[in-house]
Amino acid sequence: MSLVLELKNISKSYNGNPVLKGISFALQKGEVRAVIGENGAGKSTLMNIIFGMPVIHQSGGFEGECLIDGHVVNFQKPQHAMAAGLGMVHQEFMLIPGLKVSENIKLNREPLSSKSFNRFLPGKLKVIDNEQIHKDSLKALQKVGMDLDPDQLIKGLSVGHLQFIEIAREVDHQNLKVLVFDEPTAVLTESEASQLLNTIRHLAKDLGIAVLFISHRLDEVKEIADTVTVLRDGELIGNYRCEDLDKKEMARLMVGRAVNIRRDQEQESPNARQNIMTLKNFSVRMPGENLQDIDLEIKQGEILGIGGLAGQGKLGLANGIAGLMPASGNVIFEGQAFSLNDPKQALQNGLGFLSEDRKQTGLLLDESITHNICFTASHVLGRFQNRFGLFDQKQGKEWAQKMIKDFDIRCTGPEQHTRRLSGGNQQKVCLARVITANPKLLFVSEPTRGVDIGAKKIILDFLRSLNQQGVTVVLTSSELSELRVLCDRIAIVASGKISEILLPEDSDERFGLAMAA
Amino acid sequence: MQKKILKQFIEFGIARSIIVLFVIVLFILAILKDMQIAELISDSLARIGRNGILVLALLPGVRGGIGLNFGLPLGIICGLIGMLVGMEFDWTGLSGFVSALSIAGGLGVLAGWGYGVLLNKVKGQEMMVGTYVGFSIVSFMCLLWLLLPFSNPKLIWALGGKGLRVTISLADYYPKILDDFLSFSIFNVTIPFGSLLFFVLFCFFVSLFFRSRWGRAIAATGANAQFAKANGINPNQTRVWSAVLSTVLAAIGIVVYNQSFGFVQLYTAPLLMAFPIIACLLIGGAEVGRATITHVILGTVIFQTLLTIALPVTSAFIGGDISETARIIISNGIILYALAGVKGKTA
Ligand SMILES: Nc1ncnc2c1ncn2[C@@H]1O[C@H](COP(=O)(O)OP(=O)(O)OP(=O)(O)O)[C@@H](O)[C@H]1O
Ligand SMILES: [Mg+2]
Repeated sequence: MSLVLELKNISKSYNGNPVLKGISFALQKGEVRAVIGENGAGKSTLMNIIFGMPVIHQSGGFEGECLIDGHVVNFQKPQHAMAAGLGMVHQEFMLIPGLKVSENIKLNREPLSSKSFNRFLPGKLKVIDNEQIHKDSLKALQKVGMDLDPDQLIKGLSVGHLQFIEIAREVDHQNLKVLVFDEPTAVLTESEASQLLNTIRHLAKDLGIAVLFISHRLDEVKEIADTVTVLRDGELIGNYRCEDLDKKEMARLMVGRAVNIRRDQEQESPNARQNIMTLKNFSVRMPGENLQDIDLEIKQGEILGIGGLAGQGKLGLANGIAGLMPASGNVIFEGQAFSLNDPKQALQNGLGFLSEDRKQTGLLLDESITHNICFTASHVLGRFQNRFGLFDQKQGKEWAQKMIKDFDIRCTGPEQHTRRLSGGNQQKVCLARVITANPKLLFVSEPTRGVDIGAKKIILDFLRSLNQQGVTVVLTSSELSELRVLCDRIAIVASGKISEILLPEDSDERFGLAMAA
Repeated sequence: MQKKILKQFIEFGIARSIIVLFVIVLFILAILKDMQIAELISDSLARIGRNGILVLALLPGVRGGIGLNFGLPLGIICGLIGMLVGMEFDWTGLSGFVSALSIAGGLGVLAGWGYGVLLNKVKGQEMMVGTYVGFSIVSFMCLLWLLLPFSNPKLIWALGGKGLRVTISLADYYPKILDDFLSFSIFNVTIPFGSLLFFVLFCFFVSLFFRSRWGRAIAATGANAQFAKANGINPNQTRVWSAVLSTVLAAIGIVVYNQSFGFVQLYTAPLLMAFPIIACLLIGGAEVGRATITHVILGTVIFQTLLTIALPVTSAFIGGDISETARIIISNGIILYALAGVKGKTA
């Protein structure tokens, strides 16, 4: 076996705060290595270093050595890393919506036409071979196990598709040696995720590509990885062979203590309660997540789960009620007609929304944690204001400090801008903002996306305790296990309709059938 | 502590450090040439008080997400009309000044509202459209200045002509009404107390405004319109407010400018005013998407001082007058630099 990538003693600090301390490991041809650790442990930072992302150089570079094929490298730009055979599937998609699938896959690597006149044209003006683009991208799509027309436009495709196209794009590199996945499954549903795992296995075992895989879903890690690197607070806890660890052990190594996510046993039947919200003929126009004419009753005090595959419409419900996507129909909230398409009214009536899209909808990236957490409550309810109607910095800061403690947000303090937080910690800030406004009916979408297992427990426990204090919760999630742990009833959305409402103890087959309906 | 100082220095920016250094060098040269330092400082202070509120007028636009307000001439015209109306009726002194401010502000609200509604239709191209709006309104007013029924002989062309003059003196109305308010001298430096106070007060009010719910809604829209919408804010509405605020401040700003300058300049004079003002804000460290009161104050101080002393010093050395050319090169250079910087980052 030959080493393709080796890290020796990598350390990195941001503004004097160490975030990586002496990380070393080696990656062999065809090896799948999982990198796991809590939110803010430094996983993304490590990948950014390997890849030469600009953030690293702008913040003073790093220490230690990174070797590829035995040669020390220090990439100044991601393009250099790509040329050396590295590929990265980013957490945020970097595809151009107005172009075709094939054009996105071959972007910047377009094959040139072999026609004779092409020889006389200067470099950038040479004519592109469209047929070859089509063929190459078809091949790349097949490699990742996707059955998709390369001539289709990116616009309107589901997140799951986008993820695979992104991978196909990397796989299309001729000399791809190492492929990095930063939380690739966070946005996928379980069936899509398992297809992705198959693809990764194929890439590693049949094509000999070494894979670095970051995920918070330990099942997947167990299933796919050969080796595991565990990070905690920037330190290397150890490099292990995957078969030597079970899931519990992994969680313990990551968090430093045992974690268990289980369902509480005592549950009362929600059917006895009255409705807090009733939907009739409710439709939402949300690109890729349409809902058509659904009827749904949300019971006072329950936790209602909304599940289903990506692109079937489960995200439409919360976005429609929140007034973020055009909705129509008949909605009654606490016995009164509820006005749709009016986000302000919704918030004032005591609804809360945690969007599935934290960067676009959930955060003010260049504002402090304090401002983010207090924004909704301050704007909608007029809280955190002094006598003169101005934002009360002191009161806000105190509250933010409490939230930082309750949710275990890893930061340098309430003044830190949310852009500087790791993905999972950004998620916690969003949730803190939403609950600060004291909603009566809370819609949360993908609340634990990109959140580590310890924090996931904190968030789920928190939702449960909110519920015990009388808040009705509607939880939309692509993780069935999460829905089953928390919810009283689970509505499965398929093709823009509610196909069935199930109980958490119903069998996997029933859930599978409902989702496929 | 040292780290903090270093960090602040880095944040202060290399480009700005160079300019500050340049200003200091100019001062040293001026001393070497035995020039009247006190006079130079007095002039700088006068210019700072004169331009401050106009620079401040850019802030709501940047915060509210409509970018650098290249449509500043719109507000300036409102201010000019405000002044002319009072002058037509021979309102002088304080009452003249206050009436000019109020009419200017009122017109600013109307014009800014229309401007904001227009900008909502061209999202993403506010700066270009703003430039066109500025140019169009100035050309349109060139016609109106001739046609409007002003009849006060101090305002219209002498010898029974029709239309307003190009330059109208404020000598009989309220020359330096603010500059001279409580003004005093130390070490031969004249401090235009009223104008500076006015500037500082407005900065204070604007910064308070951005801590209010209303102001924070505007800033949130500028930072992330989708976030704002999810929090019950109507982004189209807040964008209009930021246009209104910017236009009103520009209208007030030009009244303050003119009282200090001593003249009202009509016709094409407002055409290019936006450019040096925008340069001020950018030199202060603002970006197209981010600006603070500190940027406003710092930029005004640095840029206006630079303009005041660069002229006499360079002409003392070179012996010619290159002031106007230098001013245009510097201000447009800075704007280009900042806009290119933005492109560089997003690409
Ligand atoms: N640009 C930045 N400036 C300053 N600090 C940063 C920056 N980016 C990340 N950090 C800090 O570095 C630490 C590691 O962050 P990183 O993004 O690598 O975590 P992660 O392991 O990927 O977490 P997650 O699972 O939540 O994505 C965090 O404490 C974070 O606050
Ligand atoms: Mg990360």
